[in-house]
Amino acid sequence: MIKRFLYSQKVAPYVFVLPFVLVFAIFWVYPLLSSFQMSFQQITLGQDSSFVGLDNYSKLLTDTVFLKAVVNSAVYMVLTLVILIPFPMLFAVLINNRLMWGREFFKSSFFFPALTSVVVAGTIFRLMFGEMEGSLINSVLGLFGLEPVKFLKGQTTGFIALLSLATWRWTGVNMLYFLSGLKSIPDDYYEAASIDGASSFQKFTRITMPLLKPVTIYVLTISIYAGLAMFIESMMLWNGNNSPKNIGLTIVGYLYRQGIEKNNLGYAAAVGIVLLLITMIINLTQLAFTGLFKKED
Amino acid sequence: MSVTRKERVVRICLVVLFTILCFFVLVPFYAVTISAFKPGEELIRYGLNLRFDLNVMSLDNFVYLFTGDHAYFTWFFNSLLLTVVQVVLTLLISATVAYGFSAYDFRGKNFLFICVLLIMMVPFEILLLPLYKLIFNIGLMNSYSAIVLPGIASAATIFFFRQYLSGLPKELIAAGRVDGATEYGIYVRLILPIMKPSFAAMAILNGMNSWNNFLWPFMVLSNEGKYTLPIGLKTLLTPYGNNYDLLIVGSFFSILPIFLLFIAFQKYFIDGMTAGAVKG
Repeated sequence: MIKRFLYSQKVAPYVFVLPFVLVFAIFWVYPLLSSFQMSFQQITLGQDSSFVGLDNYSKLLTDTVFLKAVVNSAVYMVLTLVILIPFPMLFAVLINNRLMWGREFFKSSFFFPALTSVVVAGTIFRLMFGEMEGSLINSVLGLFGLEPVKFLKGQTTGFIALLSLATWRWTGVNMLYFLSGLKSIPDDYYEAASIDGASSFQKFTRITMPLLKPVTIYVLTISIYAGLAMFIESMMLWNGNNSPKNIGLTIVGYLYRQGIEKNNLGYAAAVGIVLLLITMIINLTQLAFTGLFKKED
Repeated sequence: MSVTRKERVVRICLVVLFTILCFFVLVPFYAVTISAFKPGEELIRYGLNLRFDLNVMSLDNFVYLFTGDHAYFTWFFNSLLLTVVQVVLTLLISATVAYGFSAYDFRGKNFLFICVLLIMMVPFEILLLPLYKLIFNIGLMNSYSAIVLPGIASAATIFFFRQYLSGLPKELIAAGRVDGATEYGIYVRLILPIMKPSFAAMAILNGMNSWNNFLWPFMVLSNEGKYTLPIGLKTLLTPYGNNYDLLIVGSFFSILPIFLLFIAFQKYFIDGMTAGAVKG
């Protein structure tokens, strides 16, 4: 009887999707709900917790270190968007030009950095941006007669290192996204535009950019997410979660510091909820503006 | 088609531009490769640089890596084992779920699929603490199950497989039923073989993510014997240690396998990576 029930066409689909339902319930819904609950509590692992209402949140509002982390994450996100969307798009269009030589070679080379783990990539960049005059970046500056810079000790220079790392790792990947989008644009459009006497620039703004919109929205969405959730890059660059005057501290870094390093789980959970809200608000606004919610034709 | 003079200029400009860009992309790899042949003190004294100096370069680091008394290869094999287990489980389970979504119409299907998409939009990082607490409470700390389980029904992988299966003719399933196969028999005997090509792309993407995965395993694992490669490498980087020789040659050696895989299976890396970007 049980076998007959499980094998029926009505029940089978549920058996197929059951693993997802279980994983979703145990590892997403439950933690998410417990995160909300934790954010209203004072918790130390292994001890009793107590309910403190909105205390964690009101403390966050006046926490200058948290504010610093939010500003850092936001600045990082905006700058990665400014760098990692237009340039990869431009490179994709250029490399896709029929006159281009060695396309496959360049595509692969650009992709290489994405193969490295953040740990390895972060270590490489930490050593390249080292403060000694012999380290890579400073020795290049030396060629121009410039004094060695202590990159990881200053706000602006630290961010330069952080953004170089992000640019290095993701330019190639984003370029591939745009390239796969370009593949789906029929050549006829460009031919027709040529007959009408359109310039290359006009073709780019009137045909390429609008038709790349779905890819652009996708890249924008994942970049917002990745920018706001960045943590390990900073951790690797500064060899730990403590950077001088918190110049590299991010929201997740602060969550980690409060939750894991200081065992202050309730407060850290509140940080997580704020991050969730920021991410959702920015992404949903972005998606509403760029028109994902409009019914496609 | 002959190339005009103007087109030749465009071609040269493009190639020059991309060669310069490519140079910047590859410089860090060059630096880490030659540094793997240099003594650790040189790294401490001068940082990572491009000096190619055969006088200071030797195979010492490699000898140390392969013979020295350290846990490097334990970490390496842990990573390998974890990656294989994670990829096999994630692929099988995600494919099964994706088949359920694509082959049937059932109550709650749309709601569940929205949940799949939702996972792709919630930063995993905010779940770190409650998950940490959950794993702590059920006693799975310092175990590989704690690393594997949360990811076995991977939203991105389900999404990719569902897209792939959406092109599948429904007649195939109907024909299977006519031949007397059970619902599960159809999946195992008819559908899984058809899905093989799409497995390659997802195996590589999941494998790459798993091999490089850091934060969550870092939080769960506390026993050095269980560390994976990225965690092991991270621990070599201490403010006091002078493990730079092992760190740099170890980093070099951790990129190598994935690098060789990439060269062999380029197409699958790229397919897996760009799967979500273009809506089919």
